[in-house]
Formats: sequence, structure tokens, C-alpha cells
Amino acid sequence: MDLSTTYLGLKLKNPIVPSASPLSRHVDTIRRLEDAGAAAVVMYSLFEEQQHLESLQLDHYLEYQTEAFAEALTWVPTEPQYKLGSEEYLEHIRRAKEAVQIPIIGSLNGISCGGWTRYAAEMQQAGADAIELNPYYVATQIKDTAQEAEERVLAITREVKGRVSIPVAVKIGPCWSAMGHMASRLVEAGANGLVLFNRFYQPDLDLEALEVVPHLTLSTSEEMRLPLRWVAILYGRVPADLAITTGVHTYQDVLKGLMAGARVTQMASELLQNGIGRIREILAGLSTWMAEREYASVVEMQGSMSQQNVADPAAFERANYMKVLHSWRPDPAGQLFRAMLP
Amino acid sequence: MASVRQPVTIDGNEAAAYVAHKTNEVIAIYPITPSSPMGEHADEWSVRGVKNLWGTVPLVIEMQSEGGAAGAVHGALQAGSLTTTFTASQGLLLMMPNMFKIAGELTPTVFHIAARTVATHALSIFGDHSDVMAVRATGWAMLFSNSVQEVMDQALIAQAATLQARVPFMHIFDGFRTSHEVMKIERLSDDDIRSLIDDRLVHELRRRALSPDHPFIRGTAQNPDVFFQEREAANPYYDAVPGIVQEVMDRFAARVGRSYHLFDYVGAPDADRVVVVMGSGAETTEQMADYLNAHGEKVGVLKVRLFRPFSVPHFLRALPPTVRAIAVLDRVKEPGAVGEPLYVDVCAALGSAQRDNPALAEHPPVIVGGRYGISSKEYNPAMAKAVFDNLMEGRRKNNFTVGIEDDVTHTSLDYDHYLDIEPPDVTRAVFWGFGSDGTVSANKNTIKIIGEETPDYAQGYFVYDSKKAGAHTVSHLRFGPRPIHSPYLIQHAGFIGVHQFGFLERFPILDSAADGATLLLNSPYDPERTWDEIPRPVQEAIIAKKLKVYGVNAYAVAQQTGMGNKINTIMQTCFFAISGILPREEAIARIKESIVKTYGKRGEAVVQKNYNAVDASLSGLYEIPVPAQATSTVEPRSKAEAGVPEFVRKVTIPMMEGRGDELPVSAMPVDGTWASGTTRYEKRNIALEVPVWAPEVCIQCGRCSLYCPHAVVRAKVVDEQDWERLLAAQGRGLPAGNAPVEERRLGGNVLATVGEGHLPASVIPPAEGVACTLPGAQPPARMEERPSLGAHLPPTEELRRPAGLAPSLQWLPARWREPELSGKRFTIAVSVEDCTGCGVCVEVCPAKDKRAVGRKALNMEPVLPIREQAVANWAFFKRLPRVTPNAAFRYDTTKNVQLLQPLFEFHSACAGCGETPYLRLLSQLVGDRLYIANATGCSSIYSSNLPGMAYAYNHEGRGPAWSNSLFEDNAEFGLGFRLTLDKQTQFARELVERLRPRLGGELADGLLHADQESHDGIEAQRRRVAELRRRLEGARDPDALNLLSIAGFLVRKSVWAVGGDGWAYDIGYGGLDHVLATGLNVHMLVLDSEVYSNTGGQASKSTDLGAVAKFAVGGKRTPKKDLGMMAMSYGYVYVAQVAMGASDSQTIRAFQEAESYPGPSLIIAYSTCIAQGFNMTFSAAQEKRAVDSGHFILYRYDPRLRAQGRNPLQLDSKAPSIPLREYYYSENRYRMLAQSDPDQAERLLAEAQEHVRERWQLYDYLAHRPVAEAQPELERA
Repeated sequence: MDLSTTYLGLKLKNPIVPSASPLSRHVDTIRRLEDAGAAAVVMYSLFEEQQHLESLQLDHYLEYQTEAFAEALTWVPTEPQYKLGSEEYLEHIRRAKEAVQIPIIGSLNGISCGGWTRYAAEMQQAGADAIELNPYYVATQIKDTAQEAEERVLAITREVKGRVSIPVAVKIGPCWSAMGHMASRLVEAGANGLVLFNRFYQPDLDLEALEVVPHLTLSTSEEMRLPLRWVAILYGRVPADLAITTGVHTYQDVLKGLMAGARVTQMASELLQNGIGRIREILAGLSTWMAEREYASVVEMQGSMSQQNVADPAAFERANYMKVLHSWRPDPAGQLFRAMLP
Repeated sequence: MASVRQPVTIDGNEAAAYVAHKTNEVIAIYPITPSSPMGEHADEWSVRGVKNLWGTVPLVIEMQSEGGAAGAVHGALQAGSLTTTFTASQGLLLMMPNMFKIAGELTPTVFHIAARTVATHALSIFGDHSDVMAVRATGWAMLFSNSVQEVMDQALIAQAATLQARVPFMHIFDGFRTSHEVMKIERLSDDDIRSLIDDRLVHELRRRALSPDHPFIRGTAQNPDVFFQEREAANPYYDAVPGIVQEVMDRFAARVGRSYHLFDYVGAPDADRVVVVMGSGAETTEQMADYLNAHGEKVGVLKVRLFRPFSVPHFLRALPPTVRAIAVLDRVKEPGAVGEPLYVDVCAALGSAQRDNPALAEHPPVIVGGRYGISSKEYNPAMAKAVFDNLMEGRRKNNFTVGIEDDVTHTSLDYDHYLDIEPPDVTRAVFWGFGSDGTVSANKNTIKIIGEETPDYAQGYFVYDSKKAGAHTVSHLRFGPRPIHSPYLIQHAGFIGVHQFGFLERFPILDSAADGATLLLNSPYDPERTWDEIPRPVQEAIIAKKLKVYGVNAYAVAQQTGMGNKINTIMQTCFFAISGILPREEAIARIKESIVKTYGKRGEAVVQKNYNAVDASLSGLYEIPVPAQATSTVEPRSKAEAGVPEFVRKVTIPMMEGRGDELPVSAMPVDGTWASGTTRYEKRNIALEVPVWAPEVCIQCGRCSLYCPHAVVRAKVVDEQDWERLLAAQGRGLPAGNAPVEERRLGGNVLATVGEGHLPASVIPPAEGVACTLPGAQPPARMEERPSLGAHLPPTEELRRPAGLAPSLQWLPARWREPELSGKRFTIAVSVEDCTGCGVCVEVCPAKDKRAVGRKALNMEPVLPIREQAVANWAFFKRLPRVTPNAAFRYDTTKNVQLLQPLFEFHSACAGCGETPYLRLLSQLVGDRLYIANATGCSSIYSSNLPGMAYAYNHEGRGPAWSNSLFEDNAEFGLGFRLTLDKQTQFARELVERLRPRLGGELADGLLHADQESHDGIEAQRRRVAELRRRLEGARDPDALNLLSIAGFLVRKSVWAVGGDGWAYDIGYGGLDHVLATGLNVHMLVLDSEVYSNTGGQASKSTDLGAVAKFAVGGKRTPKKDLGMMAMSYGYVYVAQVAMGASDSQTIRAFQEAESYPGPSLIIAYSTCIAQGFNMTFSAAQEKRAVDSGHFILYRYDPRLRAQGRNPLQLDSKAPSIPLREYYYSENRYRMLAQSDPDQAERLLAEAQEHVRERWQLYDYLAHRPVAEAQPELERA
């Protein structure tokens, strides 16, 4: 049975790729991911803000209160050569490449054009097989227009593409007014692949402290349906490799992703929660399922349930919404509600 | 053969360290100002793998004290390594016993000394020769360097000479003046150094070393039979030293080209007047001699380089035969001596010469001696001229001083304050900077640019403030075509940069402006308005001196370009643009190159923001037309207003205004005694934003005042009638005071009126003398722009405005919420003029406005719009009496402690300092009966660095009795307090018994059996003592007189030895341990910042695994010493670890338990510090993080509990709840290692995490063991 797939021009032994997460922080873990069957690894993200912040922070604390008080003109040793986050990251890519055979995809997260995008080129030099660009932009300024928000992401994509010769995938969020158009423009801007979707962590309110707090929850399979829909819609319509990256937890999720049109399915929550060994289990489940249904290869099923290829294309559109609404029935006994209780 | 020598612009410390690191194998160090940078350089070079002359990296070790360093050096030398150290002042004195031995054993080594004043009536970090002169009897050669170039040259000469002579050398240069002067010099090449160091002599040193392979004994004990003879046996070695040194100097000259002699004479060959001097003052004196000779006089200077052994023949040969009068300048005072050391030697040398030379005996020159430059007192050419003039016939005052006005014993020489002899082709520039705004570092960069990129020579000297927060700096820069020999401050500058506009009002800045000079102002005002905002006297000086004036709003440019408050790059760019020292384009290119050099390794964002600042600077630069007449209406404020004590007005305030140099001897206390509580007069106005109280939100918890590092946030419960009476009086007696805000006062050093004398005594309630203010009751204008803070919200119902208030004093107090003192009013007050704007109070405030949670009970607001009112309020509230609670009121909660008056206020510690809240708490709890022995360090400096004394007194005149002995002996010093207290209390009790008939049985019994465990008990005893005094009044018999003189001891006192971890963990540990062991009632408060804070961040034994500090550049490899556990092992010592930010209630409890414990106690207080590298606004949260991670465990170990059958160890913090990583990487000291050596950082973090786990398990086990078997070994004790 052939589980292999291609993604961003890379030949992968199967469609399971651990997505950008803390799992890739240690070379040992990356090795374990490979051993468990991962086909490639997307590295944790190198954040533009983090680079700037680290740099400015280091500068601040090296300079703070210096040359003011006669006894303490400096407070810390000034001689060491600092390896700021980027250097450490690039070194990490180098080591990962030495340690494993599978492709390593560098991940770059930022929202502006400028000097920082050179890290893409440096990732390539360090050995990355591809770049996953994550232009995570929250347009909180009320005066910002949708067009400006789109242009910003497109400009970064063009800039990064201009700096590297390896393939670039762009990881996007679902909040675009016209997803299809945006997807096609990203491809025009040079994106070789689209990764659907970035999962935005939403802040929460702490009622005790009356503070806004960061809130990280792991995904569930339920969340996969949004990217699933859009992969299905985009498949065959934009000339780019598609990847699904939210809510992939089971071999069934992988199958759905592939059938919707993804070249690969990326997962993190499941591995963080239940261990790296889950890759092995999911691959086994995938193989068994395919064997039972006599699928010879993954490629065979890719896009088989895309909008283009299903009997009822409207199911992915507004009609689907109507269908869901009409399927709803009152629940006077509150049985559903009670069932949700722990 | 000469090799290429690189020009470098470095300071004296780096020059000395460079040669020392090249020519040694072992370096044992300990930090002390101003020599610390030498050790830091050596350590960092070794960490970087820089090799010495023989291709191996010198081994550098930090010791626990200078005594320890000297011991380690002694041992390393005996075992056969080339070994050195660096020190100054007390540090050198601690090395003295070993120095005798090292010399006695004829062991070659060089100690590099940045000579510094030894503490006498006061500590001083500045430069003179009192330290080296104090150890001149140790048998060491003493070689003086007078400039930065000489430091590098003579460091090598000393090293070469010691190897040959076997006599150890002190290589000495002036602290700060030379150690910190940045100068373009020529760096010796490795070949230069190699050419002077003879490897055969190194092998000899090793051959003489101790070794079991060829055993012998050194360090014997000797008896009267031979000791004397052996002492004389080394004479030939000393006799040979001068010749050896001169021979080395000659070899050096042949190779390098710079010629030195044991005594270098410069000046007229036929001089009749000669000044003998050593150290940097020689350069200044030489400059004046050249000037005088050019004007037809015949004078000369004899520069002494080798002071010990003093070679009379060399001295006589150097002296011109024509000399008729000699002045010997000593940079040291030896009270009671015939004269100072150099003077005495010169007299002796000439005396012995006269015996051998009849001609000389017939016409001996007159020799006078004098003192100059003590504690870095300025010594300039005008003073040198006074010294030459004093040698004229008819004058020749002996035992003179120069540089001060001595109107008591009339030793001083007059001099011309306006004399200028500097050559016109030397560019002279003076820059006034604000603390850490980057001015000094930019100037150091400028020197490097000019020194290293152009053929010109450059010199920089920097005068620093003694404040840690809100300091100012003055940079003195010279550039010129020839080497610069002017080791004195610039008096006639062609360029003056004023980097904070408020300085124009605070300091006499234009005094040093030459006619026609250029003035560059960082002005917060528009170009059109800047001229009008310049104070009138400054305008008049500008016009009179025909200055060209430029302005730039550097803060605005800095904000726009992401530089924050750093204006260095901007002002530097403007300086180059208008000084014309380099073509503008070239200058900008050079600045940008230097930005890459300086900041490149910190990342692109840093380089970019500096680039942006350079590019934006010039567009903001403008010239200010100077009219013919002054137009300003801005007059500097009168500094000394009514009500300020006379001494403060005449002495303290001039010092605060930077005019301390003008004070005569008669103004000085004779014994180092200064009044408490003078920081209240400083009113430094350094905060741009200050906290403003929102009473309707306040829950009266007390955290803000408890945490406020500078004691500017105060709380008070008051009686309504008291304030209404006071308000009414205020309304009658004072102007409304609601005048429009004068922006120009921002940053001005406005001294407080502090209220005294403002109100007729008849209408004022009894004044408490405590500072306390109103909230800024009127929302400042800027708040309207901040709707999110909810300033528009009306006050809640429980507030009311008393009728008849003066408009400026609208007071919105809240009802005190507690049942005790019910019916009273509560207010929070802020002394905005003393606030540093750290924001700690706001961060710890737990109360949030229900309608806009971003608004708290305290909110930071711009000071400008509210300052006038806040100042008036402050004066008002100082007069408002506190309500005295009844006996049942316990000061054991934060809420209640806030009502106690702090007797430690407005010190000069860094904004947000984590140490000072503990001291303020101590002063609140027991300040009126408190003795403090304070180890040298941050806590002594921010408390007692003149002119501001932070320990204050209450309305009864009681407050902490504070003193500092040394760094190393503080516990013992505190023990001394206790010994006197115990002895005198015992004696007083005996006398009470003896005088019982006269005192009456009831009073005597009351005095002898008083319960003084509570505030009320103490007050009752004070009343009894007052009664005792009344009853013995007029008595003349010895017992009564004795009792009257010591009756105060009958009131219980509290003795605390206070210091940092450098003291407690390292240099003073032996004493601390001993005092704990005595079982006597001395309390130790360790302000544990886990690093040497005062000397600039060197590692202590409290520094934890993986932290980067100086002397631990690669991350500390051993865990933090568990001082508390060591103290607990005695079993009878009260021990606590506290961290206020993690638990203020536990902190208060620990202080009270320790104080009440009738034996020794030790409190280790986790203290945040800027050297740790995080935002100090979040000090409290950071302390909590340290505890939550298990890095710092809170506990109290109270031996008294055993008697109750309880385990004495009580854990007050929970098991670690966050990973250590979370705490570590929130601080730069740990993060730095992750950034420089990630693998090592991870390894040490893992090790530290494991250590945390094990330590917690151990403490948990000890705290939960059944008491019967808790610590049986301690029961025995």
C-alpha cells in the first residue's frame, strides 16, 4: 500500500506531518517523531516580534542604569557573544537536518516586511527543505481596511519568496471576507502551498483577577470541519498544495483531509496530548482502513470528496448552512444538554 | 625592532588589566571601587579564551574578600604561578598582612592599585593615596603612573622589574582620575611585552616554588635570636630595586620609545622653584610649569615614579642644582605627622644629602609640604600655580592645602578660579546628561570615533552622581592634535551639551562655557518657545558670553524612533553636526559604523532603531537666535526657603545644588556626624509620572505604602476635626496655591517648603512632623484623554468634601473601614517630588474600579498638571496628626502597618528597588528604638551618601541610630552596639536599685520589671524614664549623674545588622556566623539580591546556578548557598526567609517574631535588583515568581516553638507550583546565558530544577518531622 504523497515538491512517505509546535524544540523529539513515522516536521515558529523583542530586551538590560552611578557603570558582563533567538533557531534546523532523514520545514511568523524576512533565506542556508510562512495578523486598528490587511500578507509572501529558492507554504487564518480570492492571490504572490487554518488563540477573562489572560486549549476533531470545508472548496481551483492543520486527531480525520484535497494533514494537539506514538497508531489505522476498502494509495483518494468531485457541491456552500438549520429540533427535555455535562 | 602598536581609546583600568592578563597565570579578584573593572576585564577575557604571553588562558577566581584574594595570591605565588590581583582602599588594607609576608619571602608579583581614599570620618569611593601610603611599610616597591598611557607602560615595567628584583610591586594610579579616564593611547604589542619579560626569571620563580619534589619549609616561626638578622638579610634586594627599575625603564624606552625615570624632572634646567609630586597631579603641575616658563619664570616639576624604595641618589640627580625652594605635594593626609609621607622622604633625602654635600648644606633649599586632591578633590593648573607661587620669597607656607578654603586652621592657598592655560587648538566639550540616558556611553563612542578614526588625540572624563535613581552625569571631552595631558575638569569649554532642560535651573552649567562657545539644548519645547523657557540668569550668561545656541527635542525624536528615553545617539549626532569636528557626512557615517560595532551583536532591531535616531536627529536640530537682551520671565526658584534648619540651608542645600566644593572647612562637622532625615529637603522631582489616589476604588489594604520603595506613598487615619481645623486655618493663612502649572519646573531641583512655619501655631493641631499628602483630587488634564481609566466617574457616596476648603486642598478622604478606629477617616498620600515614578505601588494595588478595571486605587499620571497641588497638599498633611490607636490595635497586618510612620524615606536607591521596602518596614515597626549597623554596600550608600540622609526621626525626635563601619565587619559592629546596650542597661538597673529610695519603690519597680513587649509597654517605660529624669533633676552625686546619662538604656532597644548578600554570604560571613553563635540579641537583615549590587553586579555565593554575573560570565556553576539552613543548625537562632512580594503578611510576621526573639535572629529577605534584569515595576510579582518556582522558600524557624511541643520550622510557601524555567527566563541574568551558551544554560537549568526539588523535599521533611525527633542535636544546644 502506498501511503506516500507529495507536498511542496517534497516526496513524503505518508501524509502525516507534525505541525509547528513545541514538539520540534528538541532534536531528540524530532528524531522520535521520525521514528514514529512522521513524514516531515514543521519547526516551531520563529516569531518576528520575538526576534525584535529579544533584541530590544537584551539591549535594554545591558544598557539599563549604566554609566550613571560611579561604583556600578555596568551591571552585567558585556563581553559575551549573544546568540539571539534566530541564531539558535538556525542552529537547531542544522542539527535537526543532521539528525533525521525526513524533510524539515522552517516556520516563520511575522506581520511586516523588512529585515526580519531574511531569516527565510537563513533557514534555507541552514538546510530547511521548505518554509511555512505564518503571517498572523489581527487587524485591531479600526481604521485598517480589509484590503490593507490582505495586501500586508501578500507583500510578506512576495518578499519571502524573493529571498528563497525553496518552496514556501503560507499558513493562513479563516477570517478573510473572500477566502477563495485571497487564496488565489497568495498563489499569485508565489505561495507553493496553503496551510489551512491557523488556529488563533483567543484571550480569556479571569474573573478573579479581573484580567485578560492568554488561553491555550488544544484542538478537537470538531474544529477540523472549517479547514476541511475550505480545502474541499479550493482543491483543484488554486494551483497550490493544500494542507490541513487544525483538528486532525484520528486516522479518520486524516482520511477526511485527504479526501477533501489535502496533500498532507498536520497535527500537534493530538501528539501533545497523547504522545508521539499516536502517529504510529494513526498510520496503522489509515492503512487498515485503506486495506479494508481497497485503496491502493493515498494519492488515489486525494480530493476525492472535494467540492469538484462530490455529487452535491452545494453541500459546501450556503445551502449546507440551511441544511444544518433545518436539521435542528427542539430539545425540551434537555437531554442533549445533560449529555454534555461531565 | 618595533612592532605595530595599535592606538586604542581605553581607560586606566583596562590598560592595567591588559598587561596584567598578558603577564600572569593566576588572578584572584574581589570587587572594590574603583578597581573592580580590572578584575571584570581579566575575568571576561579569560572566559573568552584570551591567552597570556605564554599561550595559556589565565585562571581567574573571585574570592570572598580582598583578604581572601591576597591569601589566594600568596598561595599561588608560593606554588609557582605568576599571580596578580587588583584592589583599592579598604581592600588593600585587608591585603596588608599577606603583603608583609609576600615581601618578606621576596616573592615577585605586581598588585595593580586604583588608589582610593580610605574611610575615616566617612567612606569615600574617590581617589587619593591614603590606601597605598597606609601599606607603604609592607616592603613593597611602589611605582606610580600618572596617565592612562603610563598605566599600560608601567604595568609592564613593574612586572619586568619584580621578576628581576624579587621585590613585589604595587603599581599605583589615581582612582577615577586615571582608572576611569578614557584616553587614546598606544597599546603595547605582544612583542613589546615579550621583549621585557625574561622567561628565565619566570623559570626561576617556579624553581623557588614549594614542591614536594624538592621539599623545604617557608613561613617558619622565629625567635629573638634570628628574626632581626633575617629581616636585614634581604637588604641587598631592596638596594638593587632602583637600579633594576631604571634599567627596565631604559630597555622599555629603547624598544617602545617612551622614556621613564625613577624621578622625572621637567621644566627649566635652572629652575629655582620645584614641585615634587606623584600621580596624575604631576601632569597638571607640568602643564603649569610649562606655562610659567613660557612666561619667563624658572620652575620645574619632579615627578616621582618609584616612591619605594626611595632612591636618594636618583632623587638628587634629578633635582636641578639651582633649586631654592621645593614644594612637596601629597595626595594623602596623615593627621599628627610632621608632614605627609612624600614630604618627609624629600626632607630626609635632602637632609642626608646635606651631610655628604657641604655646598648643599650651606644653601639648603626651603622645603614646604602640602596636601591636594584628597578624595578626588579637583586639582587644576590654577591650583598648581598657587603651589608655585607659594614658593616665592616671603610666602613659603608649610603644611598647606590647595583646592579648598580652610578658614579654621588657615592652611589653604588662594588660587585664581578663572585661569585658563589650555592650548587653543584643543577642542573642549562638556555634556550634562541625565542618569542613564546614554550620554556617557555616547561620549565614550565619540572619543573612540575621533581617537581611532582620525589622527587626533582624545580624552574623556566622566563625573558621576552618587544617586542611583535620577542621577546626573557630566562628561568632559578633549580632542586635539597632540597627546593630551590635562587630568582635570574642563573650565572653559567651547561646546556645552545640556541633555536635560531642567538642569539649566539646577546647576551652574554655563560657568564652564568659554566666550563664543556653542550651547546645545535638549529642549522639550517648540523652537519658538525654547528661548523664553531658558531661565533669565542663563539667558544673561548666554548673551554676555556671546554663545551660539542650538536646540533639539531629543526626547521627541527618541520616542519617534523607538529609542525610549535614550537620547544618546541623537545628541551625539547633533554634536557632530554643529561642532564641525568632522565633516557632517563623514561624522554620520562614523556614528553608524560605531552603532554596528557597539550594538551589532544585540540584534538588528537595536541597530535599526539607532540608525533611525541618527537619521531623524538632524531634521529636529535648529539654531536659536539670541537677542541682545534677556527676555525670560523664568527665575530659578529660591532653594532655601523659610523653615529649613540653618545647617541644612547653609551646608546641605549648597551640596544639593552642586556647590559643595565652595564650602569652607568651618562649615564641616569635625567628626563625621551629620543630621538624620535630610533627604526630605532634596525634592529631586525626577518622576515624569506619579501615582494618584482614587479613594472611591481604594480598599485600604496598605499594600501600596508597604511596597513603595521610596516611602513616598503614605497612609494615615485621621480625625475629621483635626483636618477641618487645619483646612480652615489653611484657608485663612495661605494663598490658594492653585496657580497655573509651570512646566519649566519639571526636573528642577525644587526644595520643599515642608510646611514648617506656614500656619499660626495656635490653630494647628499638634504637628506630627510626618510627611503625608493629599491625593491629586482634581483629575489632571491629561486624564480626560484617558477615558479608559474612568477618571470621569463621580466619587462614590462615602466620600465628601468638607466645606470651606481652600480650592487647592480639596480633600476626598474615605471612611476607615475597620472596626478599630471606627468613625475615623483614611487617606493615602503621595510625595510627588520625592517619587521616582517606579510604578510599584500601582502594580501591587489589588483594587480595581468595577466600572473600568484598568483603573486602580492608585494610577500613574503625568506629574506636571498636578504637581503644584500635590506639593501644597504634602505641606498640609505633614501637619495633620495621626490618630493614636488604643492598646488593642496590633501592627501585625499590612493594613495596620501602613499607619505607622516610616523613618526611612526618599533615599537614593534605584527606582523600584526591592531592598528598601524591608528597611522602611523595619523603620515603621521599631524605628524609634532602632540601632542599625549597616554593612557597606547599596544599603549604606542609598541611606547615607551625602547630602541626603534617608533615616529620619519622628515628632518626638526619635529615629534610627545608624552607622556604617566597614563591609566585612558589620555583624561584629552590630554586636558592639548590643554589648554596650546590655552593659549599660545592666548598669542602669543597678543604679536604679541603688537610687531606689530617691526614685521611690513604685517607680523603681516599674522601671525594673516593665513589660516592654508591646508599643504601649515601651511608651509606658519611656514615661517612667522621663519621670526618673524629673526626680533626679539637679542631682549632683555620681550615681544620679551616671543614671541620668544612661537612663535611656532602660527602654528596650532593637539592634539590627543590615547588609547585602555580599556581606552576609561572603566577606562578612565569618563575623555573621560568630555573632549568631554568641546567642546575643542581635538581629541580622540580609537584603539578598543574589549579586553584588553596589559594585555593579558581581557574583556572590548567593548567586544561583546558571545566573550570569560579573565573575560568572559563563553562568554560575554552583547553587546558591543556603545561609538560612546553616544558621538553623545552631538551633537557637531565629531564622526566616521572606519575600514581600510573595507574602507581605509573612514578612511582617517574621520581622516581628525576629525582633521579639530574645536571642540572635537572621532574616534573609529576597530583594529584587536592577542587576537581575527585569522590569522593576513588577518587583512584587517577580518575588512571587521566585517563591512559586521554589527558587526561594519562605519559612520561619522559631526555636521558641519547641517549648510548645511544636516543630520550630514552619514552611510559609507551598511546594513549587511553576517550573523554574518560568522564573529563570523572566530575568535577564539567566536569559543571558541562554543567549550566549544555550546548551550550558539548559544543563544548568536542569541541574537547578533538580536542586529546587531536592531542597523543597528536605525543607518539607524537616518541617513535618514529629517535633520530638525534629532536631535532637539542636535540643542539646
